[in-house]
Amino acid sequence: MDCNMKKYIDTGKKDTRSGFGAGLYEAGKADSRVVALTADLKGSLKMDAFAKEFPERFVQCGIAEANMVGVAAGLAINGKIPFAGSFAEFITGRVYDQIRQEVAYGNTNVKLASSHAGITLGEDGATHQTMEDIALMRALPNLVVINPCDFNQTKAATIAAAKYEGPVYLRFGRPSVPNFTDPDEEFVIGKAYVLNEGKDVTLIACGHLVWEALQAAEALEAEGICAEVINIATIKPLDEEAIVASALKTKAVVVAEEHNSGGGLGELVAGVLARRAPTPMEMINGGDRFGQTGTPAELMAAYGLDAAHIVEAAKKAVARK
Amino acid sequence: MAKTAELQKISSQVRRDIIRMVTMAGNGHPGGSLSSTDILTALYFGVMKQDPATWTRSGKGQDMFILSAGHLAPVYYAVLGRAGYFPVSEMATLRKFGTRLQGHPSIEHGLPGITQPSGSLGQGLSAAAGLALGKKMDGEDNYVYTLCGDGETEEGQIWEAAMFAAHHGLDNLIAMTDWNHQQIDGTVEDVAGEGDLVEKWKAFGWNVLECDGHDIAAIVAILEKAKGLRNGKPVMILFHTEMGHGVDFMAGTHKWHGKAPSVEQCEEAMKQLEETLGDF
Repeated sequence: MDCNMKKYIDTGKKDTRSGFGAGLYEAGKADSRVVALTADLKGSLKMDAFAKEFPERFVQCGIAEANMVGVAAGLAINGKIPFAGSFAEFITGRVYDQIRQEVAYGNTNVKLASSHAGITLGEDGATHQTMEDIALMRALPNLVVINPCDFNQTKAATIAAAKYEGPVYLRFGRPSVPNFTDPDEEFVIGKAYVLNEGKDVTLIACGHLVWEALQAAEALEAEGICAEVINIATIKPLDEEAIVASALKTKAVVVAEEHNSGGGLGELVAGVLARRAPTPMEMINGGDRFGQTGTPAELMAAYGLDAAHIVEAAKKAVARK
Repeated sequence: MAKTAELQKISSQVRRDIIRMVTMAGNGHPGGSLSSTDILTALYFGVMKQDPATWTRSGKGQDMFILSAGHLAPVYYAVLGRAGYFPVSEMATLRKFGTRLQGHPSIEHGLPGITQPSGSLGQGLSAAAGLALGKKMDGEDNYVYTLCGDGETEEGQIWEAAMFAAHHGLDNLIAMTDWNHQQIDGTVEDVAGEGDLVEKWKAFGWNVLECDGHDIAAIVAILEKAKGLRNGKPVMILFHTEMGHGVDFMAGTHKWHGKAPSVEQCEEAMKQLEETLGDF
């Protein structure tokens, strides 16, 4: 069966953190108020180009994330646009209360740059692999939560975050993943991107699982199931209308994310649909457990975060209609 | 800038305001508010270049202040009110539903003069360091002040901020400690044994000054001295104070850290504090 799906081409695997670095550099060129801070992870966060070009606007904070968040808030009050970056666990869980008081409650124009999110950080193991950050960050009033899907979109989202007035949590990752979105497309905060239209099932994903969802849609097409694929690049504010419209059309939904079950995108979408359009749903996520050492590919497979698992979940959801 | 006698009058009224506000609210933190009354009065009325008429949160072209020890909200609000940031009558709304005078300083509720929320301890020094760094980046020569409690400096983030401010040479940052030796559970020495704060701040690369926190002329003088240092190091002024200072039955004990006086106790306190500017 032909679902008339758009074909997305991987133009070459790239890490989304480099998309952040490229976006930060562009944002810094465009606006002299942009400042970058890191807690001894300049290279890991791909801030080198920014730091080299704008040394007077690069602030090394040392291994002291709590202080970094406060300093960023102070700089924001002063009128700067600070991007404070660290590994996802250390820029969320470690400093939750600092973010809550200084950034969210203070409503300061701080951009929390969260790299190495999820299990695909890989070999460092569970201490460094946060699968809880979306839950933590989306619980905070005032905070925008963005999780772009590839290099191009992470770059665009970084530029958009700099232009947006208000606190933002920007989540991206370490491994190289397929790069397939239009490099010239402007990122719109709060917009769900419908990548493929379909009538039988809706595949909702964020981060690099969007690519897995696209692969799953191709596999489902071969089995006669036309899947709609939606990239939820902004988790908060959530584009409820796009989700509800799609669920009403396909009447079966799968949500895929590199995050634990508790408080992630899946539960968020379930909450929306329970209120507005109850629909059979299946979830692809890390469950309720910690990560472990392994290669990203090994971990994706072991935790069921790939196209094959999305295909199975889609069939289950369709069967429940 | 106000003269010493005038500052003393203001601080007497601020102490009355604190006691009356907390009594009306039925809860709040009078002890530390009374120990830091003279410090904040001297700062706002004698030293700091900040004008309520032109105040904005961004603080461009003005000195800035962050109250790191957010539970000192009563003294902060009383000083801001007396300085003209909002009508003094509003003090009667402290901690009441719908007030701009939230239990701890808030941005969301829009009280003029507040730069950043505080209440979760140990964070204000970092934000103040960010403000000071921003002023340096802009080539502005104004100062950023912050007030911490001595108990508050048990928080690890204070020492992260201490290293940061010294490393970045933030000599436009003047931090102050209300060294009253009391915290909720008892004396600081009994609860946490902070040790020698003078040597600690010195070891972290700061200029360290000490001063009687209840001698208002001395407070003004030490703040002016701190401003004049500008030697590439931030300044910490350790103010020797007494919790509950100014009201005999509240002085020198942790028991009034977070407890409101009864109406009778309030009346007793009023007898000890001269009404100089008219009660709100």
